[in-house]
Amino acid sequence: MTPPASVTATPSPKTPGTPGGPDAPTGPGRSRPVRRQIPYALFLLPGGLLLLVVIIVPFLMNLALSFTEWEGVGEPRWVGADNYRELLGDAEFWASFRHNIAVTLAMAVIPTFLGLVLAAGLFDFIGKRFGPRTAAFLRACIYLPQVLPIAVAGIVWSWILAPDSGALNELLGLAGLESLQQDWLGDPGKALFSVMGVMVWVQVGFPLVIFMAGLQRVDPALYEAAEIDGASWWLRFRHITVPQIRPEIFVSLLWCTIASLKAFAFIYVLTKGGPGGATSVPSYYSFENFFDNTRVGYGAAVATVLALIIIALTVVFLRRQSSGEED
Amino acid sequence: MATVSATARRPGPGGPGRYAVLLAYLVLAAVMLLPFLIVLGNAVKTPAEYSQNGPLALPEGIYLDGLRDFWERVDYGDKLLNSLLISGSVAVLAVVLSVLNAYALGIGRVKGRLWVLVLFLMANTLPQEALVYPLYFLAKQTGLYDTRISVIIVFTVVQTAFGTYLLSSVLSGFPREILEAARIDGANRWQVLWRVVVPVSRPTLSVLLVFFFIWTWNEFLIPLVFLVSNDNQTVSVALGVLQGQRLMDATMTSASAVLGVLPTVAFFLIFQRTLTRGVTVGAIK
Repeated sequence: MTPPASVTATPSPKTPGTPGGPDAPTGPGRSRPVRRQIPYALFLLPGGLLLLVVIIVPFLMNLALSFTEWEGVGEPRWVGADNYRELLGDAEFWASFRHNIAVTLAMAVIPTFLGLVLAAGLFDFIGKRFGPRTAAFLRACIYLPQVLPIAVAGIVWSWILAPDSGALNELLGLAGLESLQQDWLGDPGKALFSVMGVMVWVQVGFPLVIFMAGLQRVDPALYEAAEIDGASWWLRFRHITVPQIRPEIFVSLLWCTIASLKAFAFIYVLTKGGPGGATSVPSYYSFENFFDNTRVGYGAAVATVLALIIIALTVVFLRRQSSGEED
Repeated sequence: MATVSATARRPGPGGPGRYAVLLAYLVLAAVMLLPFLIVLGNAVKTPAEYSQNGPLALPEGIYLDGLRDFWERVDYGDKLLNSLLISGSVAVLAVVLSVLNAYALGIGRVKGRLWVLVLFLMANTLPQEALVYPLYFLAKQTGLYDTRISVIIVFTVVQTAFGTYLLSSVLSGFPREILEAARIDGANRWQVLWRVVVPVSRPTLSVLLVFFFIWTWNEFLIPLVFLVSNDNQTVSVALGVLQGQRLMDATMTSASAVLGVLPTVAFFLIFQRTLTRGVTVGAIK
């Protein structure tokens, strides 16, 4: 055991009747005068002011734009709720939400679960048996796709997934599995799955790195005690790893879900929503309206609805997270 | 239980079993790296060699003209400095802001913190394309248009959303006894933050620093709109613009990708040591 350092060595002599009260008077033995503490809310001031200028005001301006018709130049023309009425009846927009379920699976659910297992394996198995350097090397390899700009990732994967002489089909050919060769991105039935595969490849390093950092916080004594009791790797995973990094698991799930709802870049570089709209998602639709069709007012309405949906989802999710914390 | 405690540091399947696990990880690592190797291979091919043998053949020699052409065509040195300045400033500033926010939300548990957090998360939930027109207008009004500082401010706020959320989630489980002990030792809230909370959260702060740097580096849309003059442009914008013009052949595209990715890879490799050099709660100094 490492010798406990000063802060934790002395169990804090709690003043009775003031369980962690921040402004509680100091104990009678202390001669220190009672000081007024800075309110915690003050720490939010710099971040809050910047948020107001960079996000809240532009959000309200975007909201105003969504009630206009505008080509990006000239004067916006007020049209009331026309954009929203159009959006309600826009089958293309609502259909694109269905694809987003698959995208959320590929960008949030699968990477978080895979990342959890991989992080626990690296931390509690590879790191202990082959040394932390091996674990760090493997983590770096798995994280690397996160570093790649999405535009570059798109080019490389279109080389790999190309129907003729693409790496994947060549590889299948070498293995004698010609029957499995596909037009990975061009076949409407397969394109969404191919895009999902690329997304998992890109995304999995993100939860992995967060989880491994979270595991640093866990008291090694917990693992040692479990090992002495003969707990298997799986038992340690379920009863130590997962509960200890619960906050990180929530963060990863919510963050990747938000990212998946805004995932137009992947779609843009891999399939441009095709073939035949088979991979279109709402965020791609919003981007198309803003910049390809320069229907800024309508694009603003799409973005507003999308943002409201994401915010509602965030609130529900955070509620669940904080009720879980109070257990 | 003597035998168990003797091997307590190396539990579970020993012998060949552990190599099977290692092998599985190595195969995975190879799959993750393969696309990078393909890009690297194409970056050092001649265009003729590329069109003859295709994108997946091994390069016959090392041909660096593609890299050199791209370097000269975009003034890569200047772009690199701009990107370093912007990503570096954003990473540091956003970590500081995240720490301040998360201290109030996670440890201070201020009233209505859930809604405050939702507000901060809006910086990320709002699609960026919705922010472009209003921010363009505001930057023009304040005279900050086409300055690096405008991009630094915008991304500091955008990245802080994630930092605030991750850190306040982590800090809400912070051991109360440690805070109490520091308070009784006479530390005020400001001192508790910098002397207790920040050192204990170091691994998470390193993660944030790395993420913010890399995310900002790869941002394209807002820098494209805000940094119109050549002197202010970033690597990602130069890369994206050249690709959009379709003036490059495949080998030069690969060369540009290598030069575009190299700095972030280097950054990650340098900083990844700090990700594990953690301070566990039981060993605070």
